[in-house]
Amino acid sequence: MGYSWNWGVFLQPSATGDDTYLGWMLYGFKMTIGLSLSAWLIALLLGALVGVLRTVPSKTLSGLAMAHVELFRNIPLLVQLFLWYFVLPELLPKDLGDAFKQSHPVVQQFISSMVCLGLFTSARVAEQVRSGINSLPPGQKNAALAIGFTLPQTYRFVLLPMAFRLVVPPLTSEFLNIFKNSAVCSTIGLLELAAQGRQLVDYTAQPYESFITVTLAYVLINVVVMFGMRWVEARVRIPGYIGGGH
Amino acid sequence: MITMNKVSKHYGSFQVLADCTTHVNKGEVVVVCGPSGSGKSTLIKCVNGLEPFQSGEITVNGVSVGDPQTNLSKLRAHVGMVFQNFELFPHMSIAQNLTIAQIKVLGRDKAEAEVKGMQLLDRVGLRAQALKYPGQLSGGQQQRVAIARALAMDPICMLFDEPTSALDPEMINEVLDVMTELAQEGMTMMCVTHEMGFAKRVAHRVVFMDHGRIVEDDHKDAFFANPSSERAQQFLAKILQH
Repeated sequence: MGYSWNWGVFLQPSATGDDTYLGWMLYGFKMTIGLSLSAWLIALLLGALVGVLRTVPSKTLSGLAMAHVELFRNIPLLVQLFLWYFVLPELLPKDLGDAFKQSHPVVQQFISSMVCLGLFTSARVAEQVRSGINSLPPGQKNAALAIGFTLPQTYRFVLLPMAFRLVVPPLTSEFLNIFKNSAVCSTIGLLELAAQGRQLVDYTAQPYESFITVTLAYVLINVVVMFGMRWVEARVRIPGYIGGGH
Repeated sequence: MITMNKVSKHYGSFQVLADCTTHVNKGEVVVVCGPSGSGKSTLIKCVNGLEPFQSGEITVNGVSVGDPQTNLSKLRAHVGMVFQNFELFPHMSIAQNLTIAQIKVLGRDKAEAEVKGMQLLDRVGLRAQALKYPGQLSGGQQQRVAIARALAMDPICMLFDEPTSALDPEMINEVLDVMTELAQEGMTMMCVTHEMGFAKRVAHRVVFMDHGRIVEDDHKDAFFANPSSERAQQFLAKILQH
């Protein structure tokens, strides 16, 4: 097909002269990992909280939690990203908005992306956590309350330890998704892995090398995540326990 | 110890409990029986506030269960309850199941709670299983652990909600033996059960329910020898033949 392969391209100095093209890729790789992990932290903490609130008896709290879930899972990720990056700074109090706009562009892009991905994924994590809690036999909650636990203690000592074990597999999918979804952030100029791949094509006209490398880098990340989560699953397995209900 | 006065409960227009009035004296064993759907499980869950009720009053040891001011957690800590499906905490070892509430609710220190837990495990004949998990025990063993877990809280009375209904026939006796022993030691007990043999042997009084109403509330000998309502006669005729 007349394509001239040149894997050596990665060792060439980049167009800007201060790095090699491999250096560009590594920068993108680190950006993807840093962004996804920090967004995952937000998603996990907030998602767990919102998921728990969806199951509490208080109508106000569960209503608020439901609003959070519906808001963040029903707006397309790309639209959410544009809202965080282009619209929100205008809506902030003037001082804060100005401070944001005067910060380094990479900082602006990173913060917008992190918050956006984190909140988007938190809605999905919340749904997993809620379904985990709801799939426990209702007698568990009664047994915990009957022995004198308060409602928070019931969640802390009885419901959540089991619910989290049950949702490790679906959470693995969400964890994998957050890395893949992070590629959307290239649209606001964040130089993560996918953006670096495209940039490399623009400068070197070697699309195969570039996107094969990008693909392999994503595969590498996801294989590590999968094995990590499998390890977690095995770690928390309960001797003799089969399935959820009675 | 437990008094119920005109307790009523409904889900929408469906009446689950209607004007239920009864009591359990200190040291007394009261068996609650009746056909399925008669409201007996709901009644016993009202005693420790697991099920809310709309009208009437329940007191346990003088404390009103329905009063919004009542600290229900504190009340429940001293009212033991045993469930049909055991409801041990599956992610904790047997020993932890017995100690967690002693530590977190009663504020006992860990060593003290462990000693108490082991004594009770010994009592139900399961000391050797302390380090296993609930999923590794048989149903009968799990239910005995559940009784020990409730006893670890030094309850002033015990509620049993069909404790043998989910068990294989050959495991029923090991659980009933533990309950019989408890009753003979003078524990105040309210038991929802279909085990009429247990009721005959151990109960002081029998409460018979049908359609959310207490139809009979009588001394056990009177109940078994000469039930006053037709519904109870039918029920006994069916159950006692087997």
